[in-house]
Amino acid sequence: MSDTGEHLPASPAGDVPGAEVPERVLADLPEFGPASYAPAPEGTDLVHIAEDYGLFIGGEMVPARSDRAAPTVNPATGETLATFAVGGAEDVDRAVLAAREAYESHWRDTPGSVRARYLYRVARLLQERSREFAVLETLDGGKPIKESRDVDLPLAAAHFFHHAGWADKLDYAFAGAEAHPVGVVGQVIPWNFPLLMAAWKLAPALAAGNTVVLKPAETTPLTALLLTEVLRDADLPPGVVNIVTGDGTTGAATVAHPGVDKVAFTGSTTVGKEIQRTLAGTGRRLTLELGGKAANIIFEDAALDQVTEGIVGGIYFNQGQVCCAGSRLLVQESVADAVISKLRRRMDTLLVGDPLDKNTDIGAINSAVQLRKITELVESGVRQGAELYQPSCALPERGWFFPPTLFCDVSPSHRIAREEIFGPVLSVLTFRTADEAVEKANNTPYGLSAGIWTEKGSRILWMAERMQAGVVWANTFNRFDPASPFGGYRESGFGREGGRQGLLPYLHLQGAQL
Amino acid sequence: MSTAGGGLGVPKTYKMYVGGAFVRSESGRTYPARSAGGDLLAHAVAGSRKDVRDAVRVARGAQAAWAARTAYNRGQILYRVAEVMDSRRAELIRELARATTGSEATADPAGEVDVAIERWVWYAGWCDKYPQVLGGANPVAGPYFNFTVPEPMGVVGIASPDEAPLLGIVSRLAPALVPGNTAVVLAGERHPLVAVTLAEILATSDVPGGVVNVLTGRRAPLVRALAGHGDVDCVDLSGCDPADHDDADVAAEAERLAAETVTRVVHATVGERHWLEAAAQSPYAISAFCEYKTVWHPKGR
Amino acid sequence: MTAKPAGRRRGPVSTVGIGTAGSRVWHVNTVAMRAASVEVSGRAGEHGALPEALVGLPITPTDAVGLTERAAALAKRSIKTTAKGAALTLAVRCMDLTTLEGVDTPGKVLSLCAKALRPEPTDPAVPPVAAVCVYPELVGVAAGALAGTPVRVASVAGSFPAGLGPIGVRLAEIADATSAGADEIDIVLNRSAFLAGRYRQAFDEVAASKEAAGHAHLKVILETGELGSYDAVRKASMLAMAAGADFIKTSTGKIGTSATLPVALCMAEAIRDFADADGRAVGLKVAGGIRTAKQSWQYLVVMAETLGPQWLHPDLFRIGASSLLNDVLLQLDRLGTGRYPRPDKTVV
Repeated sequence: MSDTGEHLPASPAGDVPGAEVPERVLADLPEFGPASYAPAPEGTDLVHIAEDYGLFIGGEMVPARSDRAAPTVNPATGETLATFAVGGAEDVDRAVLAAREAYESHWRDTPGSVRARYLYRVARLLQERSREFAVLETLDGGKPIKESRDVDLPLAAAHFFHHAGWADKLDYAFAGAEAHPVGVVGQVIPWNFPLLMAAWKLAPALAAGNTVVLKPAETTPLTALLLTEVLRDADLPPGVVNIVTGDGTTGAATVAHPGVDKVAFTGSTTVGKEIQRTLAGTGRRLTLELGGKAANIIFEDAALDQVTEGIVGGIYFNQGQVCCAGSRLLVQESVADAVISKLRRRMDTLLVGDPLDKNTDIGAINSAVQLRKITELVESGVRQGAELYQPSCALPERGWFFPPTLFCDVSPSHRIAREEIFGPVLSVLTFRTADEAVEKANNTPYGLSAGIWTEKGSRILWMAERMQAGVVWANTFNRFDPASPFGGYRESGFGREGGRQGLLPYLHLQGAQL
Repeated sequence: MSTAGGGLGVPKTYKMYVGGAFVRSESGRTYPARSAGGDLLAHAVAGSRKDVRDAVRVARGAQAAWAARTAYNRGQILYRVAEVMDSRRAELIRELARATTGSEATADPAGEVDVAIERWVWYAGWCDKYPQVLGGANPVAGPYFNFTVPEPMGVVGIASPDEAPLLGIVSRLAPALVPGNTAVVLAGERHPLVAVTLAEILATSDVPGGVVNVLTGRRAPLVRALAGHGDVDCVDLSGCDPADHDDADVAAEAERLAAETVTRVVHATVGERHWLEAAAQSPYAISAFCEYKTVWHPKGR
Repeated sequence: MTAKPAGRRRGPVSTVGIGTAGSRVWHVNTVAMRAASVEVSGRAGEHGALPEALVGLPITPTDAVGLTERAAALAKRSIKTTAKGAALTLAVRCMDLTTLEGVDTPGKVLSLCAKALRPEPTDPAVPPVAAVCVYPELVGVAAGALAGTPVRVASVAGSFPAGLGPIGVRLAEIADATSAGADEIDIVLNRSAFLAGRYRQAFDEVAASKEAAGHAHLKVILETGELGSYDAVRKASMLAMAAGADFIKTSTGKIGTSATLPVALCMAEAIRDFADADGRAVGLKVAGGIRTAKQSWQYLVVMAETLGPQWLHPDLFRIGASSLLNDVLLQLDRLGTGRYPRPDKTVV
C-alpha cells in the first residue's frame, strides 16, 4: 500500500486503489501543495519612497508648520519606510483655506462635465500605476499583495470612474431637486484600506462639486501621498484636494475646523461618537462609517463549501481588519459540526506570512497597537472559556502577525462575541430557528453588515428584511462596488458611500417638488 | 345654540396622547397655554422625562407591526388621517386662530390648515412609491443582483416648531410615518393645543395606537430626554429654531446626547422651513427618516 | 456480465451506523453497493428517487458564483522555481496520455507508449506518465508494449462517448477490454438516465460496470459539460462514487465543454465529502481542453488545497490529455536550462 492512504481521514486500510504501483515510482513523487509553494514575492523596485514627506496643500507639497513628523513602518518587518509630516492646527487651517479658496474661486462653478474629466483622468492614472500603488499599499499597511492588487486598487480606480460619470448627471440623480455642493469637506480615513478609503471619500465629494481636506491614517499615509502625484498629473486644480497627514490630533483639528462644511469619517465607533459630539450644534454636516460585529448566518440547507469560503473571506480578508468583517458566525445546530470541520480544514491551508508574497493569504497586522488589542481579546476569549483553534502555521519572526483564529463554544456574553476585535478572530455561536438567528444577529449595538447563507429564496428575503444592517450579503460576503451603497445602521454610523445614495451627503438639495 | 348650561361652553381638557390613549403626565404637572394676547386657553400637560420614556416604549412596541403593514395599507391609513382632518377643518382653523392671532406664527390659519391637509394627502401617496424613487437596483461589476431599499429607522423623536403649530408637525411627522417609523412628537411649546387636536384626529382615524405619540410640555427637558434615550433611533430637531439662541443651545445639547448612541439627528433644511411652500415637502424628507439597506445575491445556475 | 432481471430492484445494500445529521458521520457499505443489481430501464416508481445507497451522503448544494470565484482565486496561485518543477513532474506522473481517434493504428499507439515510458528521451529524470488511454481495439497493443512497466493501460469502454448502447453490450465491452489487458476502464455515466431522474438506473449501471471491470479500476466520466449545473455535477459525483467508481472523471473530450477548474473543484469537494462520510478515497481525472503546463498546475493547486497533497498521486489524480505533455516538457526544459526552447524541440 502506498503512503497516500495513510493521510486520509478514516480510510480503511487496503481500500485505496493503486496499491500495487511499484514503490520506486511512488517514492520519486515530488511534494506539491500550500506548504511547499516556493516564495513568489512581488518586486518592490517599481516603488520609490522618499525619506520624508510634507503636506499637500494648494497643489504643492509643503513642509508642515507644526514642525512635527512621525515614521511610518512596514508592519511585516518593523522597518521604517519614511517619515511623514504630522499636520498641526495651523496646517489644517492652511489646508481648509486652500480648499475654500479653490471652492469659491472656481470649483463650485466648474461644470460637471469638466469635473468628470478630472475624475476620469484620476481613474485611468490609477489603473496605469496600479501595481506600484498595490506594492506601496502592502509595504505600508501589511495587507497581502493579492488583496491590494486584486481588490484595493481595482476598486479605488472604479470608484473614481463611477463617480466621474455622476459629476455631469447630478440633475438626474434626485428627481425634482436641484443638487448643489456643500462646500469644503473634511475627511478622515482609516488604515485598513488606505487608498480605497481615500477614493471612497474623494470621488463622490469631487463629483458633487466640493473641495476636500483629507486626513490619512497615522500608520498608512504613503499611498495617499503617492495619490498627490496622480492628482497633479491629472491637472486637478490646486486646492481642490488637500492632504494633511498626521495623527489623531490632526484628525481632530480637521473635523473641528469651523471652515469645514461637512465632515466624513471612517473609523472606530468611539472616535465617531467623539466627532458627533464635536459637531453638535454647529450645523455642519456629518457622515460616519464606524465599527461592526457582523453576523454571518449559516442555515443547514446552504451550499456548505461556498459557505466555508464565505466564512474565510468574511473574517480573514485583510487579517479581519475590516469594519464589516463577519466576525460572529451563527450556524444552525444541525450543521454546526460539519461547518466547523470544513472551516478548520480550510484554515489549515491559509498561508500566513510575507504580505508581498503573491501566495500569502494572511499578511501582517497593521500595527503593534492593533496586535496587542487582538492578542488581549483572544486571551479574554480563552479566559472566558471559549474553545480556541489556530492552525499550526509558522509566523514570521519579524513584524506583527497573528494566526487565523477560531473560537467555538462562544456565549453571546463573551467579550469576543460583543466587541469589535478587528483581527483574524472568528467567534462561533449556534442557533436552531430563523427567529433565533435574527435575535442573535441583531443583539449588538452595531449594524453594518450581515451574511445569510441558505438555498431557500424566500428565507433570504425574510432574513434580509430583519437584519439591522446596512449591507446584507446573501450567499456571498465582503463584496464591494462603487455602484453599491455601503454604510451602517445604529452605532455603525450613518450615511452611505457608493451609488446614488452615497452622493446625498455631499449635496444640498434645493427646490424640491416644483 | 342651546342655552342649556347657561350658555357656558364645555372647555376641552388637553391631554397627551400615548399608546392610543389620552393621558396626563405622571408628574401631574401642567403649564398654561395662552393666546398671543395673554388669555389662558387651557392648561397643557407638562410632560416629563418619564412620559418620554413611556412614549418611547409604546412607540418601539408599535414599530415592527406598523412597518410590516403593506405600503398600500399604510397609504390608506395616512390618507384616512387627511379625511378626518378635512372633516374637522373648521375646528382646526378655529383652534389655530384662537392660539396664534396676534403672534408671529400662522398669519393665515385657514391657509395653514389647508396646506396641512394637502401635505398629509401628498405624503400618504408616497407610501407605495418612495422605495422606487429612493432605492433601486445597482449595476455592480460582477455576477450579482444588488438592490438598495430604504427602510424605516425605527422610533423617531420629533421636536415640532412653534411658528407653524399644525403644519410644522404635519411636515415632519408625515414623512417620518411613510416608511414605517413610529414617532414621539413633542408639540411646539408655545402653541401646544392644536397638536393635541391633531392627536384626536389620529386617534379617530385608523392609525394604530402607539404609532404616533404626542407629548406637550417644555421643549428643553423633553428634547433632552428624547435625544438621550438609547432606544430612539432618530431625533428631528426642526422645532429648535437655529436663529433662536436658547433653541440653538437645546439643539446643541441634544446633538451631544444623541452622539452617545450614534442617534441620527435630522433638521428641516432652510427650504423645508418655509412651511407653507411646496419646497417644504419632498421625498428627500422621507429619505431623511430612512436607513438604506443594500442586499447582494449571486446569479448562478 | 449481463443485466439481472428487472424484478430484483434493490441490491443487497446494507447501511450501518447512519449517524445523525449533527455529527455527520456516515458509514455506507459500499461493498454491498457494488453488488447492486442493474435495472435495465427506469421505472415510474423509481423516477427521481436517489438510490438508498446515497441516503446519508452529503449532497450539499453548490453556489455557482462562489465556486467559480474560489476556483479563480486558486488559479492565481503563483507557482515558482522548486514548486513549479515539482508541479510539472507531478503533472507528467499523473498524465493519461490519450489517443481516441477513429484513425488510431497500432503504430500510433506504439509510439505513444514509447513516449509514455520516456517522455523526454534526452532527460531520464523526466518520469513516465501514469497511463496510456486508448480504444478497446488497441488495448492489446498497448498492453504488450507496456507490460512490466509502471505505465498502466487504460481503455474507454461501455459505448464511449455517449454510453447509450445496450447495457449488455456495454458490460461486455468492459469485460473484453479488461481481459485484453486494460488496467483501467473509463466509462461514461448514463446522462440520459441521470438527467431524466432515473438515478437508480444510472447507479446500477455504474455498479454493474464496476463488477464487469473486475480487477481493473473504474473511472466514471460524468461529462460535466452536459449536466447543466454544478448541483448536478455534485449529485452525479456522489452517485458514481457510491456506486463504486474508483475515479470520477470530468469529460470525454468529445463535446465542446470539457474540464474546467470550477468543475474540478466541485468534484474534488464531492470526493472530500465522500471520503469523510464513507472512508474511501476516490480519485479525480480531469480531461479535455488541458493543453498548457500552467493549466496543469492550476489543477494541481485545486487538488492540493481541496483534498490535500496526499491526493497528488497517480492513484488519485489524473490528467487526461494528448497535447499537454509537450508543453509540460518544454516548461521543464526551460526550468532546467533557464532558456525558452523552440516548440519543436519535443518528440512528436
